[in-house]
Amino acid sequence: MISWPNLVSQLFNGLALGALLALISSGLTIIYGTLGVLNLAHGAMFMIGGYAGFVTYQYTESFILAVIAGSLFVMLLGVLMERAIIRHFYHRPHEDQLLVTFGLGICFVELVRLVFSSQSQIVPPPALFQGITNLGFMFYPTYRLAVVGIVAIALGALFIVLYRTRLGMIVRAGIEDSVMVDSLGINVYRVFMIVFGIGAMAAGFAGIVNAPVVSLTPGIGDDILVQTFVVVVIGGVGSFPGAILGGLIAGEIISVTSMFNPGYAYVMLFAAMTLVLVVRPHGLLGVQGRE
Amino acid sequence: MLKQRPLLIETLTAVGLIVAPFVLPHLGFAPNTVNRILVWGLFGLGFDILFGFTGLLSFGQSAFYGTGGFVAAYLLTRAGFSNVLGALVFGMIAAAATGYLIGLIALRRTGIYFAMITVAIAEVFFFVEFNPLSDFTGGENGLPGVPTPSFNLGFTTIHFTNGWSLYQFIALCYFIGVIIALRIVRSPVGAIFSAIRDNPLRATAVGHNIHSYKLTAFVIAAAYAGFAGGLLGVLQAFMPPDAFTFDTSGQLVMQTAIGGRGTLFGPLVGATVWLFLQDFLQSALGLGAAWKLVLGVVFVLLVCFLRGGIVGGLIDLYGLVSGKRARKASETEEAEVEPPLQAPPAPMQAKEVAHPAYSGPILKATGLTKRYGGLVANSDIDFSVNQGELRGIIGPNGAGKSTFFKMLTCEIAPTSGQIVFEGRDITGLKVTDVCQLGLTKSYQVNQLFTGLTVRQNLTIAALAELRGKFRLDLFRTLAGVKGLTEQVEHTLALVNLTRRADTPVSALAYGEKRRLEIGLALATSPRLLLLDEPLAGMSPRERIETVRLLKSIARGRTMIIIDHDMDSLFELVERVTVLQEGRVLVSGTPEEIKTNAAVQEAYLGGVHGEIAA
Repeated sequence: MISWPNLVSQLFNGLALGALLALISSGLTIIYGTLGVLNLAHGAMFMIGGYAGFVTYQYTESFILAVIAGSLFVMLLGVLMERAIIRHFYHRPHEDQLLVTFGLGICFVELVRLVFSSQSQIVPPPALFQGITNLGFMFYPTYRLAVVGIVAIALGALFIVLYRTRLGMIVRAGIEDSVMVDSLGINVYRVFMIVFGIGAMAAGFAGIVNAPVVSLTPGIGDDILVQTFVVVVIGGVGSFPGAILGGLIAGEIISVTSMFNPGYAYVMLFAAMTLVLVVRPHGLLGVQGRE
Repeated sequence: MLKQRPLLIETLTAVGLIVAPFVLPHLGFAPNTVNRILVWGLFGLGFDILFGFTGLLSFGQSAFYGTGGFVAAYLLTRAGFSNVLGALVFGMIAAAATGYLIGLIALRRTGIYFAMITVAIAEVFFFVEFNPLSDFTGGENGLPGVPTPSFNLGFTTIHFTNGWSLYQFIALCYFIGVIIALRIVRSPVGAIFSAIRDNPLRATAVGHNIHSYKLTAFVIAAAYAGFAGGLLGVLQAFMPPDAFTFDTSGQLVMQTAIGGRGTLFGPLVGATVWLFLQDFLQSALGLGAAWKLVLGVVFVLLVCFLRGGIVGGLIDLYGLVSGKRARKASETEEAEVEPPLQAPPAPMQAKEVAHPAYSGPILKATGLTKRYGGLVANSDIDFSVNQGELRGIIGPNGAGKSTFFKMLTCEIAPTSGQIVFEGRDITGLKVTDVCQLGLTKSYQVNQLFTGLTVRQNLTIAALAELRGKFRLDLFRTLAGVKGLTEQVEHTLALVNLTRRADTPVSALAYGEKRRLEIGLALATSPRLLLLDEPLAGMSPRERIETVRLLKSIARGRTMIIIDHDMDSLFELVERVTVLQEGRVLVSGTPEEIKTNAAVQEAYLGGVHGEIAA
């Protein structure tokens, strides 16, 4: 039952899923690393990105516009959320931050359910990437290949922002020690707002890019959130390279296991996480001392 | 005020449960709804011990709820087991055992890591139930046909069928659950749970093995969840697979936060609000699917503005009202009474020496070095303190004094070198074990249990000494711990906080907090006490008081004191060691140090430091 083309195509699926997870997890991990807040509404951001893109597509029939509008909408939502609520929680215990973001996530999901109902919605892939590509030894959906490319570009952009700009330098310094950054005369709270926006945008972008692969439902972000947690635990909280590595590992584990029995995908993912926790409690690329 | 009436809560719970079937139908509650509320409430009792008391927020309780439920339901429907109560207990044990194994993994990390790991684990259980184990669990169909309990008493058989009849059984289970939970939170273990929630670092430092206590709380929560899961199957005559979903965990968390964490009854209140609103919004207001959005908004608002939830809010309100009354009554008397100048109490005895024959130096460090990458904080320190000695350590800022202390108490591991305490090599031990051996320190920056009262703070420290680093006396009362009251009272008197015993730490003045900081270290009865800048930030008057305190506790005890206040320090100690740039510069009597040229150089010359006095 296991044929080589089947295995290779699952590896490609794993790559596509892994790339998406890497992007979403990067958003989660830079928010946590900089602000110290674990955003449990991150899955909802992913979902809203998909729906915002869906609405844009309904009106414009342009996939590119859908991607742009979806990402920007989620970024604005993230900034708004940070300004209105999250910033009041910086000095409250972690549990309160978890509770409030968890509650916000539920509000977002239920709001979308109210507007769009639980019925699944479909966004077709852009015309350029429709159909199937012949890779020589097998056929593979073109759009899934494109997803890998699109997400790689997005990750590259995020990398440039984080590692080649002034803002990125502040963000990385903030991950190390936000009190120090603050005392250097940099307004960390403004940086926090921007980071929250960028982190949310990463999830929203992934949401709309992923929309043509699966159909949209209000609950689509829940599973993704759980997978993102595993990615972050494997890669190490606060580490951008860790999120990418963890994402790819998680994506491949899910895809390859699903080939044998989808029921065991999570079990294997969990086993990998446990292994990492036992061998390297701070994650593969995590830094010691961050809780 | 609740202390005088120890069974008040139990009695009120019993009365409430007995009265409920007569009152609630008039308020529009169907018996089935009430039963569901009780199951959620029971589920929440364990969760509140984990979250509200121990401070561990798990989003994965569905794993144990489902495990307990399906084990019980499987026994009753497929395995030919007929004793319902027995099956529920088996389910509970299975859930507790699962909780133990999962806890071993999840508790490797704390904070948000813990939350993320529990979510992931619960998700695994959900998928395992649906796929690999679907032969046992019925997969997405669940397990139908769970019987209701009946008891053969010989002369008659009591059968709890449904509705208010089944209510009697579930209410009894809930009541027993409440009694057990109350015992647990009032036990020494319960006190340590709150210490872990408040300040895990200090709970470790005073000598508690907090990992084991956290695991205990986790297993307790799993056991409650397992039993409640079993009851869900009995209640519905069907074990639904959605017990395993993330929504179950999420609903539990939300209900607990809505009702009030750390109150035990919060989850019950939360469940009542939840199920009532669900019915009310859906049917009465015709909101349909929007009910969950309304609940979500209510939840977010509560988290933002009413941290203690509904029950917490009521308690605060009650405290405000009764506190005002009490203050009015006491104001008149208290204004006249000057604090009596009490005679200093006898010094507290240090812990018995484990091996009295030993007579060498109490502490001996050789070649102690700590490097942080390229930065050398301590370099090749040789240091020895004799039994009963009072040693001072001074040095300019950045000389490595605090790092040195942290190595001595094993908070951080030295890069190289050896530490010997009473002839025993303690290098590489954990801070908890070192404290249990009789060596502890008070911190430069206060590390108190800020949410608790002064008495509770000292109780937690004294418990570590009286009970060892881990003990599972879940059903013992605090009053039942031999010698605890005496030790706490004595420490209170020693640090002159008897009048403030029942004040929350957050309401103490700075000087009082500093004294409590010393008291926490003292309550563990150390033979060697390290004090890291005990006088820092104190007013001149407070300094004089604290110096007097330090003198009184020094009898029968070895102490090492770091401070920048040279005058006070030189008055206190017999010998002084001067550290500079991570090395021992010189050691000698205060007189020798005062006139030593190298010391003067260190403070005023070579290094651009200054005497912070």
